[in-house]
Amino acid sequence: MSELGIVYALLGAAVAVFLSGTGSAIGVGIAGQAASGVVTEDPSKFAKVLIIQLLPGTQGLYGLLIGFITLSKIGVLGGGLADLSVQTGLLILAACMPIGVVGLLSAIAQGKTAAAAIGIVAKKPEQFGKAMLFPAMVETYAILALLISFLSVSGIQV
Amino acid sequence: MSNTKYTYAVARIRALEVSLFSDAFISQLLACRSAQQVLQSVIEKGWGDISLGNDAEAVLKCEEEKAWNVIRDVAPDMSVFDVLAFPKLYHNLKAAVKEVYTGSRNPALYYDDCPVPGEEMRRIIENREFSRLPGNMARTAQEALDTLLHTGDGQLCDILVDRAALDAMEEAGQKSGEPVIEDYADTMVAIADIKIAVRCQKTGKSADFMRSAMAQCRSLNVDQLIRAALSGAEEIARYLEGTSYAGGAESLRESPSAFERWCDNRMIETLKSQKYETFSVGPLLAYLVARENEIKTVRIILTGKQNGFEDDVIRERIREMYV
Repeated sequence: MSELGIVYALLGAAVAVFLSGTGSAIGVGIAGQAASGVVTEDPSKFAKVLIIQLLPGTQGLYGLLIGFITLSKIGVLGGGLADLSVQTGLLILAACMPIGVVGLLSAIAQGKTAAAAIGIVAKKPEQFGKAMLFPAMVETYAILALLISFLSVSGIQV
Repeated sequence: MSNTKYTYAVARIRALEVSLFSDAFISQLLACRSAQQVLQSVIEKGWGDISLGNDAEAVLKCEEEKAWNVIRDVAPDMSVFDVLAFPKLYHNLKAAVKEVYTGSRNPALYYDDCPVPGEEMRRIIENREFSRLPGNMARTAQEALDTLLHTGDGQLCDILVDRAALDAMEEAGQKSGEPVIEDYADTMVAIADIKIAVRCQKTGKSADFMRSAMAQCRSLNVDQLIRAALSGAEEIARYLEGTSYAGGAESLRESPSAFERWCDNRMIETLKSQKYETFSVGPLLAYLVARENEIKTVRIILTGKQNGFEDDVIRERIREMYV
């Protein structure tokens, strides 16, 4: 039974990293297409569009952070694998879900918003600050999910 | 992720839109003292090519080609732009049929920036290789050539080809699956129908003649338009007031050139919403139409200046710009 507990906990870490990482890859990819379009015509805007393109990449980092904390908590990192009950394993899996699911969806949404914001930079580069804000708003919800996952994983007694 | 396939293309178009002419620049062109000054101003904006020098027609043609080259370069699927290529394609068909009938040769009659360029079109018609033509064009080509050979009636041949072009546009619009292309095609067909109605009313053509020339479209009732045309010019304007082309009624009462300008302005006005789209083909279409509109406007100014027209006469024909 204790082996199943660690499996669930590892699954939680995998969900956090895999889903949010996938979301970020898709989001950065969408924004990257838009950035390439602008740089093809106007290479001088490279730096500005690169910054906007990177915004959907943060969800992947949040997922990685939760993954690290989980692995550290259950002893996969640093040796001394913890003896987890199935209940604790499932609790850790549930704690990892928010950043996994919200990370996936918010990164895709942020990628699309970033692509639209790159359109602003293409036409009005002086509005770069405002253009940055629109995709940054989406980030709020990824941070909320990160917070809940972080507090939950930290709060579970192993 | 299929709805993001235009992301690269739209972003590139956004970067290109900054070089489109504004209404203010068009006013500057209008204020130029001569056609040469107008040409110089557009060349300074990057129009034409260093090898073209001061040949106005070559500069305008070069810009048309540039616009299409950009779209060919960025569009993941060119078939949705068939709607825009059809007028030139069917024009080439008309020219080829008439050349083959008369036995004359004039390469300047053709457009080369379309799916079947002039020389190839002429060869196809001459050798009766109609199957090489795209879509329903083969049947139209055969019918047009046979009609001209048997009757010698150029107008009948023109009506046949023009009607086929309108039907092809409406069909291509519906097949594109893109609402913006569908609306564009439908508006183009509706405007062509209105122009046919106006001209037929002026020349006293019969209902049957109009019916054979007009194509069906969603936004106009062709039968009602024909009935209005038979009753007089004012009736056409009154009928339009009850449709989505109400703005055209007023310009129709004003003058034919005002109506032509209204047609182009309405198209640009409809497409202006595409400035805020990021993931659809709309901005590509809008850019292409905006470029064509821009080139047409510069051509009007150049021609007006070359012929010594007053600025007010030229201004009446100036189109609204997209940006």
